[in-house]
Amino acid sequence: MSADEKKPAIRPARGNDMAAVSGIDARITGDAKPAYWTEMFERFGNRDDRYFLLAEDAAGTVLGYIAGEVRAWEFGSPPCGWVFAIGVDPDARVGKVGTQLFDAISARMKAAGVDTVRTMIARDDELIMAFFRSQGMMAGPFVQLEMSVDGGWADEGGEAEP
Amino acid sequence: MKLQRATRCALFAVSELAREPGRQVSAGEIAENYDLSVNHLAKVLRELARARIITSVRGAGGGYTFAANAKRLTLFDIVSRFEELGTDDGAPAEPGAATDAGRALDRVLTEIDDITVATLKSISLSTFLKLSRRP
Repeated sequence: MSADEKKPAIRPARGNDMAAVSGIDARITGDAKPAYWTEMFERFGNRDDRYFLLAEDAAGTVLGYIAGEVRAWEFGSPPCGWVFAIGVDPDARVGKVGTQLFDAISARMKAAGVDTVRTMIARDDELIMAFFRSQGMMAGPFVQLEMSVDGGWADEGGEAEP
Repeated sequence: MKLQRATRCALFAVSELAREPGRQVSAGEIAENYDLSVNHLAKVLRELARARIITSVRGAGGGYTFAANAKRLTLFDIVSRFEELGTDDGAPAEPGAATDAGRALDRVLTEIDDITVATLKSISLSTFLKLSRRP
């Protein structure tokens, strides 16, 4: 079989793919979230401005997924592409499936008129961070901050009011 | 962040060797390419060989070759052999560490350390080589 024949096909996700997507996510995270994926499909599937793509092999087995959209002016940022989710079946890793999914969503975002793609990753998720780094991603100009909603200094006020 | 001289030597040497895996490169050639002291580089190369990141080939025409997997080896694997990274729980407490300001400072520095470690762990040598080819 040639390399091209082995290359998975990239296509938009369909509603009946969500069981396979949820299965891959569960294999990666150990946490099945079928309701979450159904909602993700409702929000991202079959939309022109949002992308939910799958990689499948010649037999129609889903090997991986990626989802994202173009957002404008959130956090003051000009329009850019956001990747919200990516997952590759552990048995299909090191086969460039993730790279093809990322290339495919980046191409669609570029066609939509943006020149930057962005994502957010858990700091201790070395595998996924190494993957995005290997695609050429570097730290961007934003820093993620968070706190417990009970943990602020409400009584003292903030020194730097926006 | 400023790296120690040995760390920079190690990163330059490993990337030079990994650019052409299998090719034997002498310490002198690496030192010349990166303007390094041969004596200093030799010590660093011995440490990298001990860590099995590179292999030393003795004799005439000898040198060093890359011995690791460039897709698996991260910058953290190299840098952490020469630098103290992250919080050293065994280190004696710094003066003022037990004060409120000392604890606040520790939280800020831990945040910086965590980001540094995560960054170095996420960049494989293979990615670093791609980065070094970018204009």
